[in-house]
Amino acid sequence: MTRWGMVIDLDKCTGCGACIIACKEENNVPYVSADEAGQGRALSWMTIVSEVVGEYPNVRGKYVPRLCMHCDNPPCTKVCPVRATYLSDEGIVAQIYPRCIGCRYCMAACPYTVKVFNWYEPEWTEGMDRVHNPDVSLRTKGVVEKCTFCHHRLQKAREKVRLEGRDFVDGEYTTACADVCPTKAIMFGNLEDPNSQVSHLARSTRAFRLLEDLGTEPKVYYLAEGEKNA
Amino acid sequence: MLERESTAGGTFLDRALLNPIEDTNRTFYYVVGALLLLFLVAVGMYAHQIWFGLGVTGMNQPMTWGFYIVNFVFFIGISHAGTLISAILRLSMAEWRRPITRMAEVITAIVLAIGGLHPIIDLGRPDRVMNVFTAGRLQSPLLWDVVSISAYFTASTVYLYIPLIPDIALLRDRGAKPQWLYAFLAWGWQGTPHQHKVLDRAINILMVMVIPIAVSVHTVISYIFSMTLQPGWHSTIFGPYFVVGAIFSGIGALLVVMIVFRKVFHFEAYLKEIHFAYLGNLLLLMSLLWFYFTFSEYLTGFFGHEPFEMKVFWYKFVGPYAPYFWAMVACNFFIPVVLLTFKKHHTIPKVLVSAIAVIIGMWLERLIIIVPTLANTHLADPVGIYIPSLVEWGLFLGGIVAFVLGFVLFSKFFPLISVWEIQEGRERSVKDVTERLQRYLPVHQQHA
Repeated sequence: MTRWGMVIDLDKCTGCGACIIACKEENNVPYVSADEAGQGRALSWMTIVSEVVGEYPNVRGKYVPRLCMHCDNPPCTKVCPVRATYLSDEGIVAQIYPRCIGCRYCMAACPYTVKVFNWYEPEWTEGMDRVHNPDVSLRTKGVVEKCTFCHHRLQKAREKVRLEGRDFVDGEYTTACADVCPTKAIMFGNLEDPNSQVSHLARSTRAFRLLEDLGTEPKVYYLAEGEKNA
Repeated sequence: MLERESTAGGTFLDRALLNPIEDTNRTFYYVVGALLLLFLVAVGMYAHQIWFGLGVTGMNQPMTWGFYIVNFVFFIGISHAGTLISAILRLSMAEWRRPITRMAEVITAIVLAIGGLHPIIDLGRPDRVMNVFTAGRLQSPLLWDVVSISAYFTASTVYLYIPLIPDIALLRDRGAKPQWLYAFLAWGWQGTPHQHKVLDRAINILMVMVIPIAVSVHTVISYIFSMTLQPGWHSTIFGPYFVVGAIFSGIGALLVVMIVFRKVFHFEAYLKEIHFAYLGNLLLLMSLLWFYFTFSEYLTGFFGHEPFEMKVFWYKFVGPYAPYFWAMVACNFFIPVVLLTFKKHHTIPKVLVSAIAVIIGMWLERLIIIVPTLANTHLADPVGIYIPSLVEWGLFLGGIVAFVLGFVLFSKFFPLISVWEIQEGRERSVKDVTERLQRYLPVHQQHA
């Protein structure tokens, strides 16, 4: 059995934002003008929620990278009228762009607000429009998109694994954000594999998930801050 | 029975009802022209939106829904005026319903068509709307809406049409133009006793059928929201709360329409103060019921004090949406309750003001249900801001214009007050009601 999942170590995250950029490049996520971004139309599959914690003088910044939680009990797929979003056998919440009618019900239903909408026809800056990732389809205006756990990388890795007639090796399939993270705060792998790094970390006492009490069963785990002080 | 179609005393008493059809004055054409022009502007705005994408609206993230969904819920709510009220009044054998039912049914048919189009206006890819039928998931509350709204639209247009048949035949016989239209729509009506029997039975079946369908429509519209996990939406009371609100706003719209057309077409002899007083009582009752539901809904949220729920709660009570929230409470509760409790004098102006207040208040309620929940996300995002764009205002206006236009056009071709039902009332009601009353009265055995 395979259940792809992610672990993000908040002690290691510096809030640098490299994951955001890597994700945009990897997945052909369109740019929007600064003006539009200011109006809440920025398209980003990965964002960093920043929060100031505590009161002066005991304040510190807190950064939580946020992406689609790939819930095992996803509120978004339940409401989709046309099955343009669904939970795959391996636990990835997928989007079918050519089928999406753009009603945005999934966005309204998602408690993590991680789904984004193409308010206009996608645009790229000069030069960037010539270096799209050929493995990821481009979206049109009027459809919803979100993190796919770099699903195209899974497809590639699976081909290789099948050809060589073996099982996935831990770390063989990973996402662009995990790949690029300079402090290795983001880790990716099979949660069902008892020997994988993520399943090991997901079982640690520091592990928690966002809005766990909603019962959505996210597959993105966080490791709480403060290990070093403990 | 054979005499039912003939006119009392040999002269036709209800000419006033056919005046808008037979003596159309010039103002009618000016009004239709002006409305068409406004409607075309709205169509142009929609074309603009299709061309550039939904970015031309004020929606964003997390404000994924805005005016279109607000107006969708609002218009569908108004549509409950009609069929439901007309069905309930018929079912309870309220004799005073006779001049009211037709207008109520017309409101339903027109507003339902307008409201039903709103989710399509809201789509990012309206060209793929057929996916709902080819790839539809019945598990999605949106599909429940598609099913119940189409059922309601079918039932309520049939329910409008069937009691219209004798009036269409009357117009056919009086030579109204276009003759082919009336001849076709009259469906061979001759007013025979058998035809009357069939008509009565059809109306009886329809009015019973239409009530559960109408209730289901607004219930499943509320389910769109209450089936999600979002604070302020995830509530079991939403189904009945929306139905009550829908009937409430529907009566408001019906009263405004009645007062306007009474004035324009001089229906004073038919729509009397007593009709407004009775419907005003119904509006007052719904206002109290609305307050009861609203109170229960917010008290439950407040008492539990769940943090996400409270974010939305304070946003409405003292936050950016406080002006709208308290305006809603004033419009839906204080104004109608005060005015309608003391309406012995100046009944019609008081009813009119309350009805307009209720319509505004119920629109605000839809806004207050949808926007604050979306603005306050679970995680530490900045609070969302929604400022509707010109296009959204334009399409809102377009929806209202389409409603008025539809109503005006209907009045040109069909009587707004049911002629045959008025005649029937004149000929039979007093006798029927007297007989019915005598059956209620206790019987005293006379012992000599």
